[in-house]
Amino acid sequence: MDKIINPSRRAFLKTGTTLGVGLTLAFYLPVGGAARMKAGQGTDKPFAPNAFVRIAPDDTVTAIVKHLEMGQGVNTGLPTLVAEELDVPWEKIRVESAPADAKLYNNLLWGPMQGTGGSTAMANSFEQLRRAGATARAMLIAAAADNWKVDANTLVTLDGMVLHRPSGRKASYGQLAEKAATMPQPAEVALKSPQDFKYIGKQFKRTDSKAKSNGSAQFASDVRLPGQLTALLARPSVFGARLRRVQTERAKAVSGVRAVVEVPQGVAVIATDFWSAKKGRDALQIEWDESGGARVSTTEQRDQYLALLNQPGKVARSEGDAAQALAQAAKKLEATFEFPYLAHAPMEPLSCVVQLKDSGCEIWAGSQSQTSDQATAAQILGIKPEQVKIHTLLAGGSFGRRANPASDYIAEAVSVAKATRDLSAPIHLMWTREDDIRGGYYRPMFVHAISAGLDAQGNPVAWNQRLVGQSIAAGTAFEGGLVKDGIDMTSVEGASNLAYAIPNLHVELHSPKLGVPVLWWRSVGHTHTAFSTEIFIDELAAAAGKDPYAFRRALIQHPRLKGVLELAATKAGWGTPLAPKSGVRRGRGIAVHESFNSFVAEVAELSVRPDGSFSVDRVICAVDCGIAVNPDQVRAQMEGGIGFGLSAALHSAITLKAGRVEQSNFHDYPLLRISEMPRVEVHIVPSQAAPTGVGEPGVPPLAPAVANALFAATGKRLRKLPFETSELRSA
Amino acid sequence: MIPIIVSGTPRSVDATPDTPLLWVLRDNLGLTGTKFGCGMAQCGACMTPVSAAAGQKITTIEGAQGKAVKALQDAWVKLDVPQCGYCQSGQIMSAAALLADNPQPTDADIDTALDGNLCRCATYQRIRAAVHQAASTMRG
Repeated sequence: MDKIINPSRRAFLKTGTTLGVGLTLAFYLPVGGAARMKAGQGTDKPFAPNAFVRIAPDDTVTAIVKHLEMGQGVNTGLPTLVAEELDVPWEKIRVESAPADAKLYNNLLWGPMQGTGGSTAMANSFEQLRRAGATARAMLIAAAADNWKVDANTLVTLDGMVLHRPSGRKASYGQLAEKAATMPQPAEVALKSPQDFKYIGKQFKRTDSKAKSNGSAQFASDVRLPGQLTALLARPSVFGARLRRVQTERAKAVSGVRAVVEVPQGVAVIATDFWSAKKGRDALQIEWDESGGARVSTTEQRDQYLALLNQPGKVARSEGDAAQALAQAAKKLEATFEFPYLAHAPMEPLSCVVQLKDSGCEIWAGSQSQTSDQATAAQILGIKPEQVKIHTLLAGGSFGRRANPASDYIAEAVSVAKATRDLSAPIHLMWTREDDIRGGYYRPMFVHAISAGLDAQGNPVAWNQRLVGQSIAAGTAFEGGLVKDGIDMTSVEGASNLAYAIPNLHVELHSPKLGVPVLWWRSVGHTHTAFSTEIFIDELAAAAGKDPYAFRRALIQHPRLKGVLELAATKAGWGTPLAPKSGVRRGRGIAVHESFNSFVAEVAELSVRPDGSFSVDRVICAVDCGIAVNPDQVRAQMEGGIGFGLSAALHSAITLKAGRVEQSNFHDYPLLRISEMPRVEVHIVPSQAAPTGVGEPGVPPLAPAVANALFAATGKRLRKLPFETSELRSA
Repeated sequence: MIPIIVSGTPRSVDATPDTPLLWVLRDNLGLTGTKFGCGMAQCGACMTPVSAAAGQKITTIEGAQGKAVKALQDAWVKLDVPQCGYCQSGQIMSAAALLADNPQPTDADIDTALDGNLCRCATYQRIRAAVHQAASTMRG
């Protein structure tokens, strides 16, 4: 099996180094686990051989998931790994979210920190959770062997039972649980070979579909604790502005409002319910001091960014001599690409509940980064991180928003709880959609310029790319690991490691500092680098007079990248004409990109109407993510990634004027609707390689595939997102 | 106190008269299956049918019964439609209203009926398939 090699841009934290997956996996005994049972306390105690598995006397097996379920399927895919090695029926598996703990539950690909992101959950867990299941199984077998006085090697397991076939004896895991807890942990356990997998690679149903179809699934917004109050926060008018003065009388007079408090992040209105808090917030009269704020205007920012494209930046990659090769090229091309700020806009607006207690603090949230949220809360309250208990609930979408190193909404809620300690009430901080759209932490705005040259035979000989956009990692705990020599790798990922064999490659970056907060947004740097590089390679193919698929195929070196390109093209019938439809111009485009160690190619087919508007009719996707642990969920993530990518390409832009965000809700920050969703076909490359991520890699190829299809249909190159369809009007 | 009939049960709520129904359900009655997504009728997360005849009869996802809702929920599970799941209560309520009017909808009918329901995870393809499947189950 392939070794997993440094699969994440978030592989290093400032404070630590990566742990190689599968090198050293210590097991820990959580409270209530084996250690306690050894002391002989209680007979109904579950068997908890490690931090990820618990077996109860009633045969229920609980898989403890340290990652956040935000739709990507970890509460299904990760328990599958436990079930596989433990050998239990899928129906017996229960799922529980792990408490925050940087030692027990750190993301192995991030360092000493618990968190979900960078499409790392499966890559992190594939060996860790199988080993957890296998260890538990070995201890259950040892328990049976001891009970029956037989050699452990004569025992087998089947669907949650240990069997001794020679004698016909058998016992369920639940019956053996208490005894198993007294067995020593094996130093080594053998893991199954892929050809022996019973569960991995099969289509297990999601563990949460039922609850998510009958309204019973619990999100942070749904927490209802006794005496709980709802808080809404009035935030500064522009990023970085400060409170000058506030008049609270009218807000306090609103029925249901219990308190109005100033906190470092703004002014909070606390009420018995959301609507009262909302009315109270609307009644605040606030004057902000904007002198130190970010009075950014997008139009000016764009001019500054475009000007920077003409100035040398920091070198992110340099191979050969691109300048000289370009000067000597037979044919030269250049183009500029533009990308707006983007809000994540998860359907569940940010929300969490904070309850202060004598012993510390409890937080209910759909957190993507539990231990940094824990540390932030502890710092605000002046207590130790271990005094902050985090209950991880389902998140109603996140896409990176709840993985904020600044823990913004958690800090707000804790600050409000601290300021209202005399109310002795749990505080439910809620964001409105307007708060979300205007709240910052956007995918950074970027511009790119690429110039490239072809030789007389149409082979690319030089590629020169310059990117301008804010650094996400700078100033965060991730800076030490992600920023090298002034280059934030999340700004250039997908560009500095261009997949095409071009002998002279030069990539530079400008990272201007602005007061608009930025953050990772589903597929991060690849959201823009795949667009510019995959359109420009198409332009080079056209300039060389070559087919865009054949041109790519000849230049791609990585066999797995080439594999998905070929599979997508074959399944799409690349080279065959599209069926004509009356009144529209049809086109087919292709794009391929590696992100998060997974490989995805997409072919888009579309129809352009005379007014320039268009429909994407069909997207054919090929993905190589190593072993597809749950093929149906891999498909779901590709379908979702394609819809997410299309949403941004068609609709989304956050703009600012004098520091104020101009959009506020879905009427002016529209998202993809069902009528715009193309038919999606997903093809998975069979693989024996260790699994890599699927949450993000479906997104990057979509927008360039659509842009390339638009070119095929209309002859026009759209290099700015979101697409300006007016440019596609028939002459 | 405001009288209201929720999923067949008469309830009485202490809320100011301007409180939107969504917050009465969520904050006064603790029925959190109906979701807050935008607050301005853009996303459909709060989709809750009001019986036209009585004017004040509300059905929420928690109390939704009947053949259509059951068939839809079964299809949603069978096809594993949900990802994050936050919008799916509203999707199912809209789909149930569609099936009440149209037992054999086309893709275009589904797109029209559910275009007011946003899904940020873009589970739309599976939603279409599940509505077809539920319609087929109901036709028997």
